[in-house]
Amino acid sequence: MTARGLVKRYKEVLAVDHIDLNVRTGDVYGFLGPNGAGKTTTLRMALGLITPTEGTVELFGRDPLRRGAAALEGVAGFVEAPRFYPYLTGRKNLELLAALDGAGAKERINEVLEVVDLAPRAKHKVGGYSHGMRQRLGIAAALLRRPRLLILDEPATGLDPAGMRDMRELIRRLASEGITVLLSSHQLPEVQELCDRVAIVDKGRVVYEGALSDLRRQGGAGYRLRTSDDPRAVTLARAQAGIEEASAVDGYVRLQADERDVGELSLALGREGIAILALTPELATLEDLFFSLTEGSSST
Amino acid sequence: MTLTAYRWELRKLISQKRTYLGLGLVVILPLFFIIFQNLRQRPDHGDNIFASQITQSGLATPVLMLLFLSVFMLPLAASLVAGDIVAAEDGNGTLKTILTRSVNRGQVFAAKTLAAITYATLAVFLSAAVATIGGVISWGFNHVVTYSGTVVSAPEGLLLVFAANASYLIPLLTVVGVGVLMSTATRNSAAAVVGTVGFTIVLFIVAQIPGLEAIKPYMLTEQYENWHGLLRTPTDWAPIWHSLWVCALYAVPALFAAYLVFLRRDVAGG
Repeated sequence: MTARGLVKRYKEVLAVDHIDLNVRTGDVYGFLGPNGAGKTTTLRMALGLITPTEGTVELFGRDPLRRGAAALEGVAGFVEAPRFYPYLTGRKNLELLAALDGAGAKERINEVLEVVDLAPRAKHKVGGYSHGMRQRLGIAAALLRRPRLLILDEPATGLDPAGMRDMRELIRRLASEGITVLLSSHQLPEVQELCDRVAIVDKGRVVYEGALSDLRRQGGAGYRLRTSDDPRAVTLARAQAGIEEASAVDGYVRLQADERDVGELSLALGREGIAILALTPELATLEDLFFSLTEGSSST
Repeated sequence: MTLTAYRWELRKLISQKRTYLGLGLVVILPLFFIIFQNLRQRPDHGDNIFASQITQSGLATPVLMLLFLSVFMLPLAASLVAGDIVAAEDGNGTLKTILTRSVNRGQVFAAKTLAAITYATLAVFLSAAVATIGGVISWGFNHVVTYSGTVVSAPEGLLLVFAANASYLIPLLTVVGVGVLMSTATRNSAAAVVGTVGFTIVLFIVAQIPGLEAIKPYMLTEQYENWHGLLRTPTDWAPIWHSLWVCALYAVPALFAAYLVFLRRDVAGG
């Protein structure tokens, strides 16, 4: 999926302000941003539900605005909470959607109900389903289409811890089967765990798009060092080329340097007779980066 | 695909309680009428020719019922479903669910409009069937006297009852068209149903205002009586032709506008 210069304006409000996205085949792509950043509006435009004020979206090279339902072939998912007909049973809802999909979707109903573990409740009306069950039915409805691109908007919202774990497991499994996943989420640990590429949006604009590992490296690769003589270790580290920062904090030495220079430092410490008790990489968490990118921009 | 979507629209209607509310109204009223007439000791001699022959022929009942129900009850029943058919999806948030499947907006719109038309047609003929069967059981399958004073045989009378109901569909399906537009534009079931019924009431009142006689023949509600010409000998087709083009003036722009709104609208709710 690609988005180019996507803009959505509601009278005075600019909900989406020139967003570019590049979801590549095989990505598990995290789409992050604070509430009101324009994530859902972007996803709605991606699915052809709302018309962009400017810009284009392409799904496997097809524009949903021009091609309509044909552009959604191989694409499935939901924006905001998945919604169903409350007066129909879970199975009837899936039968309806399978009928609208055609292409043998009906034969997959039992299979997808098993995948999301809803088979025992399939005969009950959706009106009586819990939030978590509806989320799972949403995934089942998406899987009916045998998607190559799965768009999920906050799939774990409102789930209990076990439900969140199961949802993560499911997404990981689907990704391992080769499905490209576009995951919009507030759960930063979830994104950190599942996604390889991310886009972070804030106030309708993309503030970062790229590999998660690059982002975390950008945040500064830090190391924690504990030695038999921390004050000397700090002095030694500061004297060594390539070590950007070295300081003693709370009983350990915090280093800011890349991997090779830290390796050099460990040899130098050994030569000086300083024993290394612990040396652990300390990558910036996605949460740190998220706040620095989104809250940083709000102060400018 | 439109046909599949249409079948599912019907299945959705069958699964909803409000579907039966409208049908219940147009079935219970003829039943109530028949029971009440059976309990009365003296036969009615109203000023309507069919009212005066209620106890002589069971076929007078469906004609009288069409006369009564055509003004408000049948348009109300038709509006209940037509006004709800798109707006309910907005209420449930399910429009996004069906519009992200392998079906185009135009197909969904066609399926919904057809379902609303089917429902209104069913309401008319179900009501007529109950009135006819009830009338015939109570007062016999006898010849009937039409507006022109002509005596027609029972089978011919039955055919005329069918034809009258069929021609009443012209204005009623126009009400459906207005309902679909209201449903698409307001995105709110209650507003759409009330809006549609309100629209017909306004037209009805306008038609009664003294001094506005010139526009009266062009009011949608005036077309509710287009079938009266069928119950004369010779048949007066003029009101039916007139209602056809007058109704087209309402229905075609309404459905076209609804189609455009549905095709272009942002599905932002749910």
